[in-house]
Amino acid sequence: MSNEILNLNLIEIAHLISTGEITSLQATQITLDAIEKHNPNINAYLSVFNEQAIEQAKKVDAKIASKQTIGPLAGVPIAVKDNMCTAFGTTTCASKILENFHSPYNATVIEKLLAADAVIVGKTNLDEFAMGSSTENSGFAQTKNPWDTQRVPGGSSGGSAAAVAARMCYAALGSDTGGSIRQPASFCGIVGLKPTYGRVSRYGLVAYGSSLDQIGPMTRTVGDAALMMNVIAGHDERDSTSVNADLAPVADYKADLCGQIKNLKIGIVTKFNEGATPDVCGAIKDAIAVYKSMGAEIIEIDMPHFDYSIATYYIVATAEASSNLARYDGVHYGYRNKDADELVAMYSKSRAEGFGQEVKRRIMLGTYVLSSGYYDAYYLKALKVRNLIRSDYTNAFEKCDCIMMPVAPSTAFKFGEKTADPLQMYLSDIYTIAANLAGVPGISIPCGYDSQNLPIGLQIFTPAFTEHKMLKIAAMYEKNTNFPKLPEMK
Amino acid sequence: MTKEFVVKKLVFNKLAKIMSDIKYKVIVGLEIHVQLCTKTKMFCGCALSFAQQPNSRVCPVCLGMPGSLPVMNKQAVEFSILAAMALNLEIARFTKWDRKNYYYPDLPKNYQISQYDLPISNKGYIEIPLESGQTKKIRITRAHLEEDAGKNTHTSGDYSQVDLNRAGTPLLEIVTEPDMNSAEEVRALAIELQRIVRYLGVSEADMQKGHMRFEPNINLAITKDGIEYRTPIVEVKNLNSFRTIERSIIYETQRQLDEFIETGKTLKMGNKSTRGWDDDKQMTVLQREKEEAHDYRYFPDPDLVPVVWTDEDLERIRKNLVELPIEKRKRFIDNFGLSSYDAGVLTDEKSLSDFFDEAVSAGGDPKRVCNLITQTGLKIANEKGCKVNELGFDAKALAQLAKMVEEGTIGASSANIVLAEMAATGQTPDAIAQAKNLIQKNDTAEIEAAVEAVFAENEQAVDDAKNNPKKAQKALGFLMGQAMRKTKGQGNPKLISQILNQKLGI
Repeated sequence: MSNEILNLNLIEIAHLISTGEITSLQATQITLDAIEKHNPNINAYLSVFNEQAIEQAKKVDAKIASKQTIGPLAGVPIAVKDNMCTAFGTTTCASKILENFHSPYNATVIEKLLAADAVIVGKTNLDEFAMGSSTENSGFAQTKNPWDTQRVPGGSSGGSAAAVAARMCYAALGSDTGGSIRQPASFCGIVGLKPTYGRVSRYGLVAYGSSLDQIGPMTRTVGDAALMMNVIAGHDERDSTSVNADLAPVADYKADLCGQIKNLKIGIVTKFNEGATPDVCGAIKDAIAVYKSMGAEIIEIDMPHFDYSIATYYIVATAEASSNLARYDGVHYGYRNKDADELVAMYSKSRAEGFGQEVKRRIMLGTYVLSSGYYDAYYLKALKVRNLIRSDYTNAFEKCDCIMMPVAPSTAFKFGEKTADPLQMYLSDIYTIAANLAGVPGISIPCGYDSQNLPIGLQIFTPAFTEHKMLKIAAMYEKNTNFPKLPEMK
Repeated sequence: MTKEFVVKKLVFNKLAKIMSDIKYKVIVGLEIHVQLCTKTKMFCGCALSFAQQPNSRVCPVCLGMPGSLPVMNKQAVEFSILAAMALNLEIARFTKWDRKNYYYPDLPKNYQISQYDLPISNKGYIEIPLESGQTKKIRITRAHLEEDAGKNTHTSGDYSQVDLNRAGTPLLEIVTEPDMNSAEEVRALAIELQRIVRYLGVSEADMQKGHMRFEPNINLAITKDGIEYRTPIVEVKNLNSFRTIERSIIYETQRQLDEFIETGKTLKMGNKSTRGWDDDKQMTVLQREKEEAHDYRYFPDPDLVPVVWTDEDLERIRKNLVELPIEKRKRFIDNFGLSSYDAGVLTDEKSLSDFFDEAVSAGGDPKRVCNLITQTGLKIANEKGCKVNELGFDAKALAQLAKMVEEGTIGASSANIVLAEMAATGQTPDAIAQAKNLIQKNDTAEIEAAVEAVFAENEQAVDDAKNNPKKAQKALGFLMGQAMRKTKGQGNPKLISQILNQKLGI
């Protein structure tokens, strides 16, 4: 019985709770039991809010019993990545420097989840400050891929991806700066959506690369992602970079899923789709064939600046990060070295001890590219290339409705496989990073399994602020295939 | 201390020979921070504060908490643009925000949101009044908007305390060209700028509350044996009174002259130093020997969107531009014939200058209105701790009083008594003059009779007035006084004088 409930998707469980067939308390208790059972092995969560979740579940059940109006996520256990501020529990960013940090406020997305009557069950693991592609850079725990615990769940939203795949929640929020939602979604065989930059408020998302960061849903189905988008999308006056409703109105993403897009034009770059491992290439080819069978037209497009996206990203993102992370200095909050006898020593010791290797590497890189004498050659140049990458998308979308390519060059890799060589790790984001630089939305949906039964993801891009279209295209595939499958949990 | 005095002291003290052919000029440019009087901080909803409980006016944004984001205060930008317009600056149509990165405990994000290469305004000037009655134009390089930092308090013990109430307060930074050549000019600029921002209502400009902070860059151009030398530039940090600005410049002038004569050190790349003003010792003290090669790693703040201004926006803001103090001062001198000094007093505060203008418009003679304000009005206002326009009578009543003086209904000295009573009771000048028996007698026959009586009682004086040139003036004054007394002080002095002269035949 409890497994059946756990295997329900978000829309199903939300429906059953809202109609009173299952209580939120039941669903929440079952989820908390699953966390208790699996999390010691998977390490998806950094913190779990047992009592608070139960309390919230009872509150929602009371609301339903008394026939009050309820939100679209009423009573459903949801997880959030631990780089989103919550006024309850800790917000650590998986960093020792924020190990015991209690945020005084809720992020906008947290407020929205609560307003939708969701039950937030816990906060999930990530690469420290969302810097990484495997969650191995977490300062606290190694999250394992539920499909194969010898392997990474992807990153940086590896905890959220693993929690959704392992049925330790019905949906989760992740954040995506260079692929951090889509790549772990792909590695864990779930749906991950990175909205257009400005679609979801960043207020309360601990900044990594401010001009690239976006919060998005990680779910088991496309419909679930649409439902989550209904809850979190929209302008926020506390985030100046969130777009005004009159410029880009928020759609009813879930309602828009019905029907098909006729004469769909899919843009592909053959060289990209042939650049991954044979299993991934085969799965992408098969997925595109499914669309063809639904009448889609395949158009070869050119994205000449795509190859520069990793170099560009590691200048822009690290430059912003070097400034964003300057505040963690031991003065006002967070880890402070107790032995330092003067200010500068306190700064440097606190930061040297509080930050992990990868974070320090990126802070140094970012500091360097912004330094006097190097700014023009690196940062300014990167901004120019960023514009060219943006125009690659704009030009492509003149010829096609969407672009399809793999999410990652390979399926989930083994622990330690890429940690020795940061560049190898960076290259695993080759297909996802450009969308962040261009600001366009992207979605990862399961489209097959490799020879070792590891999930493969198909990535779909559509123009800025057309998430409704992107979701619809993704749903067309989902309806015509038998994905997603979920890993067996023992 | 004047320039001449500085030179003299040096000449006589030690260096007579060397000094004999030295000429020098002080060169000063200013960096000024003006705190804007917006309701809330630059990037969050916290109220501005002064002397509140430490860390009581803060929120996640101005505390720089993880995940918080700044939202631009539009009022602050519009105030800045208005000030920039008054300073004749070109307003940028496109402006953006940059992060200035440096570590300090009073800067919670360890970067300051400021403006680097695209400030809100460039290239302007301020016209300042000088004691000579002349004015001088000082060029302004740029003005930009930024957020203030908090405050570190270094108490005893091995720690410092940080108060972030001030963090995020909007500051307008104004940078001038090095166009000032004396302490007087710098002081005049500081005061004029204070007047301007107060006239515009964009800053309270209260020096004691640190609303205006000045950082002069000072050096000397010294001509010796026909060759010009420049001394190394000294930046004096954080001056917040007109007196210390003036004194620090006078002090630096002498110190740099001394140093040049002793060491011959001249301006080179990188030998700019920073000094602070020690008010107890009345001298500047060295803070940083060399200009540290600060690399602030400025870059555009990705959390804020650039600001674009249309013609309509700027026109709307320009409507709030008022007549500036220096324009007003000129008008008062040119149109009303006021002295430069009086015009300066009346235009020091906008409310007073408006009150004066209103009284003149209501028919008051400008000079009489001016005298009533400067001789009595300001004194009473000062005693009451309010402004002249808050004394309890309106500008029309003041004009009425001036008219009564003009028409001889009351005497000039009585007018001051009436004014004091107007402030006390709010009654009309006419009613007060009646009640206090201050209405002048203009009845010729009555005055003639009084003069006759005085003559009869004081023959010697009459004789002196008529025939003794040595004593005539004194005697006339005496007779005048006696006649005034005979009319119980109510006789129109003009009329008495006229009749006196007539009867004495002089």
